[in-house]
Amino acid sequence: MSFQAFVFYALSVILLFSGVRVITAKNPVHAALFLVLAFFTASGHWLLLQSEFLAIALVLVYVGAVMVLFLFVVMMIDIDFDKLREGFWKHLPVAGTVAVIMMAEMALILTSPEVNLSQYGAGADVAADYSNVKDLGRQIYTVYLYPFELAAVLLLVAIVAAIALTMRKNKPTKWVDPAEQVKVRRDDRLRVLKMAAEPRVEVGVSSSADDKPAV
Amino acid sequence: MSWADLNLMPAMPEIALLCAVSVILVLDLFLDDAKRSITYGLSLLTLAGCAALTLSTLNPYPELTFSGMFIADPMAGVIKLAMYAAVAVTLIYSRQYALDRGFFRGEFFTLTLFSLLGMMVMVSAHHLLTLYMGLELLSLALYALVALQRDSARGTEAAMKYFVLGALASGMLLYGMSMLYGATGSLDIAVIAKALAGGTANQTLALFGLVFIVAGLAFKLGAVPFHMWVPDVYHGAPTAITLLIGGAPKLAAFVFVVRILMQGLEPLMMHWQGMLVILAVLSMALGNLTAIAQTNLKRMFAYSTISHMGFLLLGILVGTPEGLSAAMFYAIIYVLMSLVGFGILVALSRAGYECETLDDIKGLNKHNSWLAFMMLLAMFSMAGIPPLAGFYAKFAILKAVVDVGLVWLAIIAVVFSLIGAFYYLRVVKTMYFDDAGEVPPQANGTYWVLSANALALLALGVFPDKLLAICIEAMKQSFQTL
Repeated sequence: MSFQAFVFYALSVILLFSGVRVITAKNPVHAALFLVLAFFTASGHWLLLQSEFLAIALVLVYVGAVMVLFLFVVMMIDIDFDKLREGFWKHLPVAGTVAVIMMAEMALILTSPEVNLSQYGAGADVAADYSNVKDLGRQIYTVYLYPFELAAVLLLVAIVAAIALTMRKNKPTKWVDPAEQVKVRRDDRLRVLKMAAEPRVEVGVSSSADDKPAV
Repeated sequence: MSWADLNLMPAMPEIALLCAVSVILVLDLFLDDAKRSITYGLSLLTLAGCAALTLSTLNPYPELTFSGMFIADPMAGVIKLAMYAAVAVTLIYSRQYALDRGFFRGEFFTLTLFSLLGMMVMVSAHHLLTLYMGLELLSLALYALVALQRDSARGTEAAMKYFVLGALASGMLLYGMSMLYGATGSLDIAVIAKALAGGTANQTLALFGLVFIVAGLAFKLGAVPFHMWVPDVYHGAPTAITLLIGGAPKLAAFVFVVRILMQGLEPLMMHWQGMLVILAVLSMALGNLTAIAQTNLKRMFAYSTISHMGFLLLGILVGTPEGLSAAMFYAIIYVLMSLVGFGILVALSRAGYECETLDDIKGLNKHNSWLAFMMLLAMFSMAGIPPLAGFYAKFAILKAVVDVGLVWLAIIAVVFSLIGAFYYLRVVKTMYFDDAGEVPPQANGTYWVLSANALALLALGVFPDKLLAICIEAMKQSFQTL
């Protein structure tokens, strides 16, 4: 086994393990952290494929930005995760059987001699001074210009949708206006009530006599 | 490649739409609720402008641009024109409904137009990547639209189901596409077809990908056994949004299937034909049988959609130009019928009251005989009763199916259409012969567009030749060089 193969299998084992843990972890924060690990090992696979820019982008974008935000959200919102996970073990036998059968079928097809994946061989080594970023940039801005622009539109739609679904204009938001705060006077905050004096009510001798009328 | 090589002309409608949506998006920020009609008017104006641009750039031959990722052919042109009409009609019908329910806001219009942009991208895509981008653009806008009534628990639930199942379907589609890429070495539809036909592709791997692609497509079309989301989404979404989902996206999905299966994977036709037969038969059976048990009209229409999608698949699976043009005709007629059906439900709903069950339309004839008559036209057309357009659409597909020797399939289709006629006629019976319940159906105002839409079903049923000829011509020209 070459060193590359060893790294590949090691990364794959960690990737699969963390993938499974994402859905089985009890604590949602742990699940999110396992997802981080999964992205991290996946970017290791990119490195093995000699696309170092994509590997770095995956870590920067997903681990650095998306997952950190995700963790914040998970920690901030108050969801009863035990309730969400109800029925997990009940449905596991059926779902698990289907998943295992599908996986076995896919493995059988992909490893069959007819598919002959070995015909593709290993990718050629790229030259040491080959620039991944340059090539990617050129492709994106020429051949793939149209899908690239569409991706931008997709992000715009995501922004519009997120705002449409979360912004509530009619509900008072809790922002403060410093000018108003400074201008506040005693009378705005404090109201002195004049009340007629009342005779002091004698409470019964025993403290448990709440239900009895005071004499 | 330099900028001078870039031919933007074929993509002019898309570019214009994107610019217009961006303008509307910003302009809407400066309008208060009383002036929201300006947004509404601008949206309709945008649709008219796009239609004019599409008409003026319509060529009788396919034209590629953006490095072969964008195609403008007559099929795309005709379907785009139908989509503008469907979206415009949707906006007109839902105006009062949206006003009553407080979502007559800028986002409603911009998201609707963005979903239209997604559909146009799908229709004009000639590359698996752009097909996928268009699909996501459409889906993302629709997920948000379904959840637009934020205080409705049912709407939120429907949006969640739609989102999760839609993401699953997209995942399947992507996995299939990646296998296809592995097998043929390209994402370009023409290159894929060439590699598969020329035998340079890895056939087994391509077949493996095909299974996932067909499953993903069936999910998006709502064909059995991938139909579970359809009734819940149709039922849970506000009726105006159901109107949108049941309209133009079906046209886009039709072209989407044709582009992938007919233009890209035609060499594998003997394999996908069998899969589509199963999907079509199951959809027609389950859709029609389950619709009988529904008392909620929106759910009933959802199951009826499933059965109609089964019928549509029949036209695609025969794989002949006749079948495809019949399916295109069917898709356009189906959208017209669906718009009338949901349009009447929208018209009968008012502030604080949703018209959606069979009980709600009891005795509609006594209160408003014109609305009842239009509903009757839509129901008869969906059931395929001559002389309405639905009959001719079904007939054209059956003829194409029989022409390729699949007589048994045609017989199954007819039998299930007959079963389906039961629940369509039940709607008519409820409107005409039952007494109104405690809350009699109410509708005020005149419905010029709705009337025109319903009468179009009658007109196209009596004179189907013109539209059918357009469909046949468009299909012929779109497939001539590819």
